[in-house]
Amino acid sequence: MQIEKATVKTHEVVGGDYRELVLNAPRTAGSAVPGQFVHLRVPRLDGSVLRRPFSIYRARDGVISILYKTVGRGTEAMVAIGGGDTLDLIGPLGNGFPAELAGETPLLVAGGYGVAPLSFLASVMDVRGTIFIGGASARDILCVGDFESMGWTVRITTDDGSVGEQGLVTLALDRWLAEHPEAKPVLYACGPDGMLHAVGQRAVAAEHTAWLSMDKHMGCGVGACLACVQRIRGEDGSESWKRVCRDGPVFDAATVVWE
Amino acid sequence: MSKHVQPPSLVTTLAGIAMDNPVMVASGTFGYGPEYADLVDLNRLGAIVVKGICLEAWNGNNIPRMIEVRGGLINAIGLQGPGVDGFVETYMPFLRQFDTPVIVNIWGRDEAEYEEVAARFDDVDGIAGLELNISCPNVKEGGIAFGTDLTMASDLIGRVRKRTSLPLIPKLAPNVPQVGLFARAAEEAGADAISLINTLPAMVIDIETRRPVLANRVGGLSGPAIHPVAVKQVWEAAQAVSIPVIGMGGIETAADAIEFMIAGASAVAVGTANFTDPTTVVRVIDGMADYLVRHDMATVGELVGSICE
Repeated sequence: MQIEKATVKTHEVVGGDYRELVLNAPRTAGSAVPGQFVHLRVPRLDGSVLRRPFSIYRARDGVISILYKTVGRGTEAMVAIGGGDTLDLIGPLGNGFPAELAGETPLLVAGGYGVAPLSFLASVMDVRGTIFIGGASARDILCVGDFESMGWTVRITTDDGSVGEQGLVTLALDRWLAEHPEAKPVLYACGPDGMLHAVGQRAVAAEHTAWLSMDKHMGCGVGACLACVQRIRGEDGSESWKRVCRDGPVFDAATVVWE
Repeated sequence: MSKHVQPPSLVTTLAGIAMDNPVMVASGTFGYGPEYADLVDLNRLGAIVVKGICLEAWNGNNIPRMIEVRGGLINAIGLQGPGVDGFVETYMPFLRQFDTPVIVNIWGRDEAEYEEVAARFDDVDGIAGLELNISCPNVKEGGIAFGTDLTMASDLIGRVRKRTSLPLIPKLAPNVPQVGLFARAAEEAGADAISLINTLPAMVIDIETRRPVLANRVGGLSGPAIHPVAVKQVWEAAQAVSIPVIGMGGIETAADAIEFMIAGASAVAVGTANFTDPTTVVRVIDGMADYLVRHDMATVGELVGSICE
């Protein structure tokens, strides 16, 4: 990890409330792995003391990008980021997804902008699999072209049925699992807590490995403040708080203790 | 040929602790050291004050534990920590690699635990001093109950004093009507220095759910919003005692730190700003040196308590 002053390359709406911010950040780009994040200081966010964490969507050739949705004060202030801005970021932070697969079938499960790190993950995997992308509506389904161009199978679900199948992302996942009883998939998921919980439960019940990228409100981002903690069960069965920013954000579903 | 000017000295000795400069990091905002070691040269810090340690490993509060507000944040971490043994085994070998003094913030669930924790550090190599947390708003046990009652505070400091040979630095609560009384009580009970302020008790309610945002319901406010409150409390405390005062609360710039020193602090600590910008401590140190040059001061000690009234 390091502090890097990143200049803005592009900043564009990718649909609805979603934007992609592309930054020249050679040191972060050079070492980032899928599942890691950057902790960004949002410019002109008066009275703000906390950075905002974003999963890395792309990292190559000295450039990183993040995909975000305007959901609050911080992301709303980010909309004004322009070509002249230099952003202060700390990155890359956290542990990425374990990418080694040993011939297993990867199943990626994304909720909304949780698809971003999974697109990055797919780009470094040497096998193809299936990505399940869920969202409220058609405008919440992102990065479909990324996966198609890499030869992945894409299954889309939306709450309102405006694109893909109507229902939760687990509906499509459950069907896949039922249709492939002999498969030994490894699951990788990123999205809201409820989705991660549902995916994790299915994986644990079927004794499949599942890696969940957790999203919690963060303070420092480096493991010092202990704000973004998650209950995790250790090998000896004891439960303790682990830091999502430092010990995660990716956790083995079998170790996650849900409230 | 330019005149050679000796750079000003920031060297500070506080409660017997020799520091290269008077800028420390505040407990709870810098972990135990390694968390920030990739981003900050730990040898530049005046001292490291580690996150609060009690006798046994402690789980802390449920989540959410932190919420940003205008001008700061409210935390209710609840003093999660590894306990004395966990801290000494896990972090002291790392911390001993640096020249920077290590001050351990300690707390207990009752008087006996405070005493026991303090005593345990007497035999630990590499500890420069103890900061006695009598002002954490986030635990039911111990904490602020001691810091807002003059008799309890005085009694606790006196009891811990008898059990440690290390410099003892009680950390005072800001939410008392006359902080000078607590400062003086600490001095009379044997404190070598005092530090203040801890966070201010605070709360946020989600108006849609009408629930408190923090799982603990209430927490402690820190950040630039509390800086003027802290300056006033430091100023008042410094007048009440002859032992050194460590000023903290909302420091983001060298100017904020210098203000504390003018008010009477012999040293300062950077807290929440470590989260905003981990280079804050180094910027404050460098900015303080620049200030001394501009104001023709040879040592940082000239700044301490230099308020003009």
